[in-house]
Amino acid sequence: MMEELRDLYQEVILDHGKNPRNFGHPEGANCEAHGYNPVCGDTLTVYLTVDDAGVIRNAAFEGRGCAISLASASMMTEVLIGKTLEEAKKLFDGFHRMCTGEDVDPQVSGVDDEDAVERLQVLSGVREFPVRVKCATLAWHTMQAAAAGEHECPVDPVQVTTE
Amino acid sequence: MSKATTAVEVLAGDNSTAALDVERVRQDFPILRQMAYGQPLVYLDNAASAQKPRQVLDAMQEAYETYYSNVHRGVHHLSQLSTDAFEAARDKVARFINARSVDEIVFTRGGTESINLVAATYGRKFLTAGDEIVISHMEHHANIVPWQMLRDELGVVLKVAPIDDDGNLLLDEYEKLLSPRTRLVAMTHISNALGTVTPIRDIIRLAHERGAKVLVDGCQAAPHMILDVQELDADFYVFSGHKMYGPTGIGVLWGKEEILNDMPPYQTGGEMISVVTLEKTTFKKAPHRFEAGTPAIVEAIGLGAAVDYLTGLGLDNIHAHEDGLLAYATQRLGAVPGLVIHGRAKEKASIVSFLMEDIHAHDIGTIVDRAGVAVRVGHHCAQPVMERFGVAATARASFAVYNTRAEVDALAEALDKVRELFAR
Repeated sequence: MMEELRDLYQEVILDHGKNPRNFGHPEGANCEAHGYNPVCGDTLTVYLTVDDAGVIRNAAFEGRGCAISLASASMMTEVLIGKTLEEAKKLFDGFHRMCTGEDVDPQVSGVDDEDAVERLQVLSGVREFPVRVKCATLAWHTMQAAAAGEHECPVDPVQVTTE
Repeated sequence: MSKATTAVEVLAGDNSTAALDVERVRQDFPILRQMAYGQPLVYLDNAASAQKPRQVLDAMQEAYETYYSNVHRGVHHLSQLSTDAFEAARDKVARFINARSVDEIVFTRGGTESINLVAATYGRKFLTAGDEIVISHMEHHANIVPWQMLRDELGVVLKVAPIDDDGNLLLDEYEKLLSPRTRLVAMTHISNALGTVTPIRDIIRLAHERGAKVLVDGCQAAPHMILDVQELDADFYVFSGHKMYGPTGIGVLWGKEEILNDMPPYQTGGEMISVVTLEKTTFKKAPHRFEAGTPAIVEAIGLGAAVDYLTGLGLDNIHAHEDGLLAYATQRLGAVPGLVIHGRAKEKASIVSFLMEDIHAHDIGTIVDRAGVAVRVGHHCAQPVMERFGVAATARASFAVYNTRAEVDALAEALDKVRELFAR
């Protein structure tokens, strides 16, 4: 019982959950979206500062949620800073495949950061907990909405792949 | 039935708080023999839905295998048997809550539909702009949203009776909200999120003094305590079958006969009419007026079997057993370091809502799940009361007739694992 749980709740996840990085509303953010999971009431706002070249200069978030959703949001902001919006989308695709168990070790091409996927691998334990996948992906869905210029990003649990 | 009756015995030992043999009761519930992740299943999500005893499953299977047919339709043999069984179930429900007449029992899909029915029929007919509806801060969404819809449609005013930090309804504040314009009070009997048993008799009396009608959401109360709608003197009382060991898809709206017969139909179609011409239709009286189309026949029969089961065990025995579990769980879980119980009302049913330090309810739920313990985590379809306590979600253990102290211990031990994991 404890093995899978220790795999899910790795120390680095607990650390990010307790002390989330890039937590707050930075000045100069020009894209933001609100993500909400009606199942559990978790709520996140993701802020991006995107320059004219489409590069994410800063990424941050605020909100409340479980250890998984806070850690995922925190790690996402760390990974995204310096990436283009296109790279961000590719990373999300790879991350999503990893969380759903569709692709245990996703190869994300066209992203100039070999470690990015590896760093996100720490969250891959969530694939053993199908109902928690949406906790890990909430921040990423919200980020995509922010990048697309949307302001509200309700995560419809029906649309979240759970396998 | 005989099995259920013989389970009522005085016993000592582990579960001695109740005058029923819990181990025997457990044998009636096949699902409780399941393992979850290699651990014995500990099912503590009864406020969401209770498991079904063999007696209910058998009654439903027997109906399908030996006498199933549509009801109130044919002159043939099976149709008569089905109709008799269906109406016998209605009669069992009527006796279960001591309704004055069997015609006061309307079968619905569940508590939610019962409330929506009252809002759509009684509400639309008898309420107008400026009239007031009073609810409480700890209602289930099913007893909030239909009234909000009515507010938006008719311009009625929705008022909310506050609760204190322990989850007690503030009766004085409630009384102040009542006015000559109050037409309806819609209040829970037992809060599904906090376990509070509301002072429903006072709530009803005070409303009636102002001429307002009262709807009671009894979804949590029906499996837990003896109900007597005549003694309560509410105007409507609603509950769901699946929370009282019956099947899903069946519930009850009880209403005073004269009020029900004053209400327009809800849905229309077959079964609920007296005469249809192409120009005009006259409707049957309650309850058939509100039961358009083919009803949930076998589910109703299953609900009747659940009523027999509860009656056989004795609601007073069940109540005593669950109160014992509540007391034990409150003490045992209260001793878990960092655990805070939300909802410490003076009168409570066997529901314990809690959080641990800053650990999110979903993390608690996932971890105890792997120990085989099923609890509900989330807002329990009662977001306003979560907001009242400043939390997005809680974990909730809710106890039923088949739960034991050992299962409370299993939960407490699983919560130790939560602490262990999060202490790293």
